[in-house]
Amino acid sequence: MAEAVAPPGRRVLAWAQEYGVYAAVGVLLLFNVLFTPHFLDVANFRTQLVQVAPIVIVSLGMALVIGTQGIDLSVGSVMSLAAALVALYLGYGAWPALLVALVGGAVAGTAGGALVAYVGVQPIVATLALLVGVRGLANVLVPQLVEFRNPDLIALGSSSLSGVPVIVVIAAVLTLLMAFLVRRTTFGRQVVAIGGNRAASELSGLPVRRVLLLVYVISGVLAALAGVLATARLQASDPTSLGLFIELSAITAVVVGGTPLSGGRIRVLSTVMGALLMQLLSATLIKHNLPQSWTQIVQAVIILAAVYATRERGTR
Amino acid sequence: MTASPGREQVSRVLQQHGALMVLAALVIVGSVAFDSFATAGNAASVLVSSSFTAIIAIGMTFVIISGGIDLSVGSLFVFGGVLAAYGSQYGLFVALALPLAACGLVGLLQGLLIARTGMAPFIVTLAGLLGVRGLMLAISNEGATTYLVKDAAFARLGQGGVFGLTWPVFITALLAVAAMVLLQRTAFGQNVYAVGGNEQGAALMGVPVARTKVYVYLMSGLLAGLAGVLNAARLSSGVTILGIGLELDVIAAVVIGGTLLTGGAGGITGTIAGVLLLGVIQSLINQVGNLTSAFQQVVSGLFLALVVVAQRLLGRAQRLG
Repeated sequence: MAEAVAPPGRRVLAWAQEYGVYAAVGVLLLFNVLFTPHFLDVANFRTQLVQVAPIVIVSLGMALVIGTQGIDLSVGSVMSLAAALVALYLGYGAWPALLVALVGGAVAGTAGGALVAYVGVQPIVATLALLVGVRGLANVLVPQLVEFRNPDLIALGSSSLSGVPVIVVIAAVLTLLMAFLVRRTTFGRQVVAIGGNRAASELSGLPVRRVLLLVYVISGVLAALAGVLATARLQASDPTSLGLFIELSAITAVVVGGTPLSGGRIRVLSTVMGALLMQLLSATLIKHNLPQSWTQIVQAVIILAAVYATRERGTR
Repeated sequence: MTASPGREQVSRVLQQHGALMVLAALVIVGSVAFDSFATAGNAASVLVSSSFTAIIAIGMTFVIISGGIDLSVGSLFVFGGVLAAYGSQYGLFVALALPLAACGLVGLLQGLLIARTGMAPFIVTLAGLLGVRGLMLAISNEGATTYLVKDAAFARLGQGGVFGLTWPVFITALLAVAAMVLLQRTAFGQNVYAVGGNEQGAALMGVPVARTKVYVYLMSGLLAGLAGVLNAARLSSGVTILGIGLELDVIAAVVIGGTLLTGGAGGITGTIAGVLLLGVIQSLINQVGNLTSAFQQVVSGLFLALVVVAQRLLGRAQRLG
């Protein structure tokens, strides 16, 4: 389609669609600098970033899945499975336990991916079955909260690299890796192509099923990693409540970041911005003594506004 | 491949009535295996506890047949219950009207957003899930206040009954029959199928697509609110922590009942069978005794996966046949 000279209203809208989430984060930061006492403290920034890191990691996988026109509801349950597996295998040391948890995430992702890619089940049902079943499994494995004293694992959750918490560093590195994967690799191109037009991708000989399977495996592994990191920070394994409803936060981050649910487009950095925006928003409301209920209502409004804005793109 | 009408019919019957058959099989197995399973008391307890999910699932069936999804029902269920308990201090009428009006309004708003702006139902109702939970927390002092039901007539609505069954069971049965008639015997029901089967085609044939969608979400909101109202009457209080994640149970029950998430196919009978099936599984696991509710989740998840795989294979057989 030839890019005609757009009327100013449309140009503003297009700009808002592209950079709206960055602008919103900027506005919120400015507001906080001006009106929130102690906002510029390093400790405050650390807390906010450490809290948002697991959501960011899960959102990266979710963005990839949504790019294929899918959805992964199982991420929260995979986090709880990872927490359970870490608690069970911590006796062998922190790193073997981490490895087992990641393998667990990969297996859950494989199950979901196989249902979607090879059996042809709708992503929402396939991963819904996993959401229900996997959390159940995690609770069967570890019925109640288990505290641990493994120094390696505790260090993973609470130590810092030149002032920046390790969890945040991991999330940042994964973000860069994911941006590279989506933009610069064949696999990333294939994911976007499949999300944009699956039939055409099949006809042009892309390994559609293999790519779909791999996308869900990546989402599962990332969720498991987020589960281990959250567990390390808690210094306790809590499969009953760890990661509860994180699928909603992750989907929100992706959607607010401007990745359309209809697939074919993945915005990695905007997804991270979406997660930061939601975190900053709830922190701002809490700091100004507005209750939890307000946070959720404002979140709902922001989701609707963001999706309303991206909707225009689809009809153009 | 040659057409084999026999095989096609078998797969269609299995898809539509599979849940009912598995339900019957499970009941028989349960009756043989456990003495305390096939008792009137146990049957009544399964029916009573399933009735609230069933009411929501009836609305969800309409939504899913129309090609949509409603994630807000769990929040509306809690919101309706809290409003009912709060309203009961002003008498029976307010206890019923206030939550139904509020939940109906939310459903109507969601329906309008979905039908008029073309936003994805998943997103609109996800916002509904969060927003309504926020509203519920706002009116209950951040979930810390549990309103108690002050009206005796209202409490009887949830606790009274005949033949060992409480009123909600009968209300559910009535609603199910009404929904069946609405879906199968009226123009509105046919429109719901048409919109879910092929939206563009339906619009070209003059089906009022937008209005049908609005009604479907309005109905789902009302039914979720009603389930919350009845639950508040049963518990004599507006509990703020129940119903979280309920939307997923309901969707699972509808899918197990043979309604396709792609829209355009399904029915109320299957949904009721799906709800009862999940209830019976839970009851059976309770009978075994030393198994926890976590184990029930594992079984439910596996079962859901099995059902959707079977549906896909059956659907494939139909197309080949």
